[in-house]
Amino acid sequence: MLRFVVRRLLLLVPILLGLSLLVFFWIRALPGGPAQALLGERATAESIAEIEELYGLDKPVHEQYFTYLGTVVKLDFGTSITSRRPVTDEIRERFPATIELALAAMLFSVLVGIPLGFVAAKRYGGVVDHLSLVGSLIGISIPIFFLAILLKYLFAVKLGWLPTVGRISVLIDVPHPTRFYVLDAIIAGNVEALVDTLKHLVLPAVALGSIPLAVIARITRAAVLDVQNEDYVRTARAKGLAPRVVDVRHVLRNALLPITTIIGLQAGLLLSGAVLTETVFAWPGMGTWLVDAIETRNFPVLQGGILFVALVFVLVNLLVDISYAIINPRIRYS
Amino acid sequence: MGRKFLTVLAVLAAAMLVMVVPACGGDDDDDDGGGGEAEASGTLVFAGAADPVVLDGALVSDGESLRPIDQMFEGLVTLSLGGTDIEPALATSWEASEDGTAWTFELREDVTFHDGEPFNAEAVCFNFDRWYNFTGPFQSESATYYWQTVFGGFADGETPSLYESCEATDESTVTINLTKSSASFLGALALTNFTIASPKALQEFGADEGTVDEETGFQPTGTYGTQHPTGTGPFKFKSWTRGDRLVLERNDDYWGDKAKIQELIFRPISDNAARLQALQAGEIHGYDLVEPQDMETISNDENLQLLDRPAFNVAYVGINQAKEPMDDLRVRQAVAHGLNRQQVADSFYAGRGEVAKEFMPPELFGYADDVTEYEFDPERSKELLAEAGCGPPCPIEFWYPTDVSRPYMPDPKRNFEAFAASLNESGFQVTARSAPWSPDYLGRAQEGNAGHLHLLGWTGDYADPDNFIGVFFQTETGQFGFKNQELFTALDEAEAETDQDARVAAYEEANRMIMDFLPAVPYIHTKPALAFNACIKGYTPSPVSLEPFSIVSMEGC
Repeated sequence: MLRFVVRRLLLLVPILLGLSLLVFFWIRALPGGPAQALLGERATAESIAEIEELYGLDKPVHEQYFTYLGTVVKLDFGTSITSRRPVTDEIRERFPATIELALAAMLFSVLVGIPLGFVAAKRYGGVVDHLSLVGSLIGISIPIFFLAILLKYLFAVKLGWLPTVGRISVLIDVPHPTRFYVLDAIIAGNVEALVDTLKHLVLPAVALGSIPLAVIARITRAAVLDVQNEDYVRTARAKGLAPRVVDVRHVLRNALLPITTIIGLQAGLLLSGAVLTETVFAWPGMGTWLVDAIETRNFPVLQGGILFVALVFVLVNLLVDISYAIINPRIRYS
Repeated sequence: MGRKFLTVLAVLAAAMLVMVVPACGGDDDDDDGGGGEAEASGTLVFAGAADPVVLDGALVSDGESLRPIDQMFEGLVTLSLGGTDIEPALATSWEASEDGTAWTFELREDVTFHDGEPFNAEAVCFNFDRWYNFTGPFQSESATYYWQTVFGGFADGETPSLYESCEATDESTVTINLTKSSASFLGALALTNFTIASPKALQEFGADEGTVDEETGFQPTGTYGTQHPTGTGPFKFKSWTRGDRLVLERNDDYWGDKAKIQELIFRPISDNAARLQALQAGEIHGYDLVEPQDMETISNDENLQLLDRPAFNVAYVGINQAKEPMDDLRVRQAVAHGLNRQQVADSFYAGRGEVAKEFMPPELFGYADDVTEYEFDPERSKELLAEAGCGPPCPIEFWYPTDVSRPYMPDPKRNFEAFAASLNESGFQVTARSAPWSPDYLGRAQEGNAGHLHLLGWTGDYADPDNFIGVFFQTETGQFGFKNQELFTALDEAEAETDQDARVAAYEEANRMIMDFLPAVPYIHTKPALAFNACIKGYTPSPVSLEPFSIVSMEGC
């Protein structure tokens, strides 16, 4: 197991190196540069040259790349061209927002998806099954931003139950030591802030969680159907165990493995889905930040931000692989 | 394990319920971002499209930074409410020397900065000297664009500067010496970029400190612009959490009329649809940059109001006289008669565009009502072309930008198509050419490589004709490719004239000359819109977006 983890961690080096190369050149292939984005009609040949010199963009590309690598290994991603602040500071501020949203979305999709899939399988061919199938198809095919706008219209504009933007009401003031707002509210012991942050989480989490929810429900249904007909389940029933005990101890437990796999895969996808969701909900996380950076051709932010997200993605997948071995003793990494 | 799993599920489900149930109860709950809470605390929430860069007027040029800075800081002069006339602010009166190079300002007394420091002549000079002595990355246009536009260079002398020195004659009298006569100087002082900051705070919180290195660029290290902006205005800084909110509070010691609201919060919402929904849901009280497609929704909602901001831009069809036959005035007149500008204004601007008669907006002084006008007249156009000996059809190359939307030109391609059709109808034979806005369209147009005609425009920086027609036509450029010494001289003289009445007359005359000479054809000024909750009263849109929140009140929010 240890050898497996170490090997996977070592693999990170070529992956990140390749990725840094891709990101670096992809960004430079975008039409236009930061100077044009900053100055608009006012951009002149001199002002463009001056800004390029300030950020070292006037040097040969390979030279820029090696300079960049040299700083990245020191975990220094440079300075944001628009805010003039260190990229690492901005990541530190924005990453917790994205993680909080992704966790909430995951929680929502698991809590609703597994029971839904289970019930659909138990009522195989019935109304619930068909409804869950239709629901899943809608969940997978509806674009996140469209769902988000619909949800906001209904629950915020029409009913006034939930807020449409941000992480916390601007009238509530709590310190943010961890930058996980739910956690911060708990630490501060501020119930009003806790309720408010949770309310701000609901719509973005539902929008972002809709696709994983559909996938998890479908996989759960299939896995439960599969396991239900196994010999050991029939045996358990035959020996007179209560149906509920059979379902939980024999069916659900054995169906859990494919479900875990799919949850792991979805965890990575949540990070990319967060980009759209965050923009629509003005959620101050990595997603909004990167979208703005593309518009302003903010090279340091794009280079640092994308590399960081990729690193997290790879690490999450590694964790998922390790968790298989813990859940299923049949899997051994050696 | 099974029971445990179920228990965990149950607990998590309960947690979800906790999330949703209070949310449902929030209907009549005051803390859910609705307008009700705002009344209790007198807090106005306004959404911009992005965070400010930094709260230091000298170092920014973007509207999101300038808006809050403008609430906290004041300059020597300001502009009339909703207009462009120059009025006293921190200076009560001023006088220019005969040769227009020395400007003496009498300062308002008994004004203090937010940190309790006195405002006086020395503070004014401290600020001017700070701007003039910027070095290194502070000289980048991305930082000090406005200083360079108005004053040119810095103390290091690499580029000549309009600024020479500042003298504090006594506590409340200050003289700014210029290297040459300039009248646009006074109007430029109304810019938010030249507002006066507390010298003590600037030094104490390291406004000018930062590191530069090749790998990471310029990085400020002081906290002045992020945590301690200190001016004299009706609002003062309270807190700023990036991505979330910038909070300003009423300055109870303000020298003038105190703000009518207690707190003013700016929050960044970059998505247009999200801004509108946040307004509809009552989470914000207003926002800028309303999209044309949202205007009907807002007008039809009795809880909301739509405010027009006077036009401060111009879109034009540029003509390059270096390319034959555009050097022939008759051909340029044929272009002007061949462009169906009214149709473009009616079709593509959602009722927010007015056909431009000249190259600056009607609200600005120096605008002449009686310039030569060119009605859409295809027959006249063909006659002129025949006289000039080019066709008809007269072949021309016409360029437009792609992948861009500008305030004065939301959809360049459709403008182009309509113009090309009306020109073809008027005896021209248009060859369509396009280039992406970024990186090469603008450079191409500036260097004169964008055919005979090209689409472009401009949004004014400050309320002075020099910032419109001076920018376009005061010198020989590759873009327009003409040399008209008479026009250049007229614009130079108008810029230097320090007597305001004479100056207005000089610019009116220049506008008449321009519209006779037709170096390009202006076609539209557009009016941007702001949206507010109907309970917000007193917000007065300004052509240059200098809009004070201190006179805004919340009635029944």
